[in-house]
Amino acid sequence: MKRQLWWRSLWLHLFLTPLALLWLAPLWLMFVFSTQPETAIFSTPTPILPGNQFVANLQSLQSDTNFLRTLFNSVMIAGIYTVLSIFLTSLAGYAFARFQFWGKGLLFSLVIATLTIPYFAVVIPQFILVAREAKTLLAILIGMGVFGATALLLAWLHFSPTLGRVMWLGYAVAALAYLFFGVPALREAMTFDFRLTNTWWAVILPALANSLGVFFMRQSFLSVPMSLLEAARIDGASEFRIFFRIAIPLVLPAMAALAIVLFLTSWNDYLWPLLVLSDREMQTAPVALGSLIGLTRVSWGGIMVGAVMTTLPFLVLFLFLQRYFIAGITAGGVKD
Amino acid sequence: MLALATGLAIALNSQLLRAKGIFRFAFFAPVVVGAVAYSAVFRLLFNQNGAVNAALGLEFNWIFDPVGAMAVIIIALTWRWTGYNAIIILAGLQSIPKDLYEAAQIDGASPWQQFWRITLPSLRPVLLFCLVLSIIGTLQLFTEPWLITNGGPGTATTTLGVYLYRQGFQNINFGYASTIAYVITLLALVFSIIQLRLFGRDQ
Repeated sequence: MKRQLWWRSLWLHLFLTPLALLWLAPLWLMFVFSTQPETAIFSTPTPILPGNQFVANLQSLQSDTNFLRTLFNSVMIAGIYTVLSIFLTSLAGYAFARFQFWGKGLLFSLVIATLTIPYFAVVIPQFILVAREAKTLLAILIGMGVFGATALLLAWLHFSPTLGRVMWLGYAVAALAYLFFGVPALREAMTFDFRLTNTWWAVILPALANSLGVFFMRQSFLSVPMSLLEAARIDGASEFRIFFRIAIPLVLPAMAALAIVLFLTSWNDYLWPLLVLSDREMQTAPVALGSLIGLTRVSWGGIMVGAVMTTLPFLVLFLFLQRYFIAGITAGGVKD
Repeated sequence: MLALATGLAIALNSQLLRAKGIFRFAFFAPVVVGAVAYSAVFRLLFNQNGAVNAALGLEFNWIFDPVGAMAVIIIALTWRWTGYNAIIILAGLQSIPKDLYEAAQIDGASPWQQFWRITLPSLRPVLLFCLVLSIIGTLQLFTEPWLITNGGPGTATTTLGVYLYRQGFQNINFGYASTIAYVITLLALVFSIIQLRLFGRDQ
């Protein structure tokens, strides 16, 4: 029996090792090519050991596009996006997990329903809103801010449940009225020229309210024992204090997983930044890199340097934080 | 790809495997690689004078052949997404109760029978989820064909995503592009409904 297991184990390794090497080959060659001169990349046999041309390739990449600047854009966009999005999604997730309010089920279904909408169905109206109708977008945002502030104020004043139900209705009517009359009026009132294209915010804002993030944070907050929160409430802690001091520390590992996924998604995003960032100085690293790929006279060594620089930090992180990456990925996958 | 991912997940879950960390890293690492970066790498690897031809001793011009171009994109996608699916399937595998296998072993079931009678049926919802996710993801494919083959040669690898980008953002024909967007949405909807029907709410 033992002998049989040993053989099976041997076969498993014999089969899996070449496959693993094959899987690692593109990454390894990406690294090798980034350090080789242009002629070596296209020579036979293919070089499999690193050369010493990394700096030269980086220089040619830097002269093809201002790559370091685009790298800076990428870091800032992904960083700001991750911090803001984590904050918003955890607030929303907490509300869905721990508060009872009228219309909660419907609202949550709506949030989840947005997950099933393909990105391409959103991209055209979103582009028009950001690139052409930025004033409308601003007007809507101002309105949402006003409504949000009112809601917070009402929550703070501790309205009774029955009154809350009536408030909801009034709130919906007010919101509809605002959409039909307030938004056009506010838009007319704005006399300045306002465009989001070629700013970091054009990339950051549309993806902020991430429904997968809301879902993920809700699941995490559900695992926080209600009794802990109740105890704090009895001790007279305010809702925000409970949220920041008790709930958040308990879900920090989940937040880390979500942060990694959000940062990575934003960092690797290509289509949307390509649409709204045309100015070379404002582009993200993948967009700048992508613009080089189709060209005929281009330094492939340079492109590989760019690929390595956008990938390597995450490969190293992945090596050490694999657990968090995988938690983030399976969160979207296993929903029961 | 899903068959490969399932096999991989089972292999990586096996107690017989040593140095699991290294193997996991090899297959899961592509998950963090951006679409632009690996598109660039695969375009370079499958260049007429590239590493793949050098290794196989071919002179085949992959990118400019309709079948070859399609093959390159499929290979690139397989490389990128197999590990991703394996992670999800692995999570599904680990949630199968151990006593099922113990009971089967006592009853004298072979490993092969255990796989067909226990593993696959238990994984059904997860596999279906992966399948639908892959189909919907492929419907929306843009970056890889855009950068590796530019939708060509001709329109051989023009996906709905590439077509939408061409119509909407290069020809500035938003109406036409919106129609394409509706087609993508409808197709995605159909596949989601099929998934719901097969997978059922009861599970």
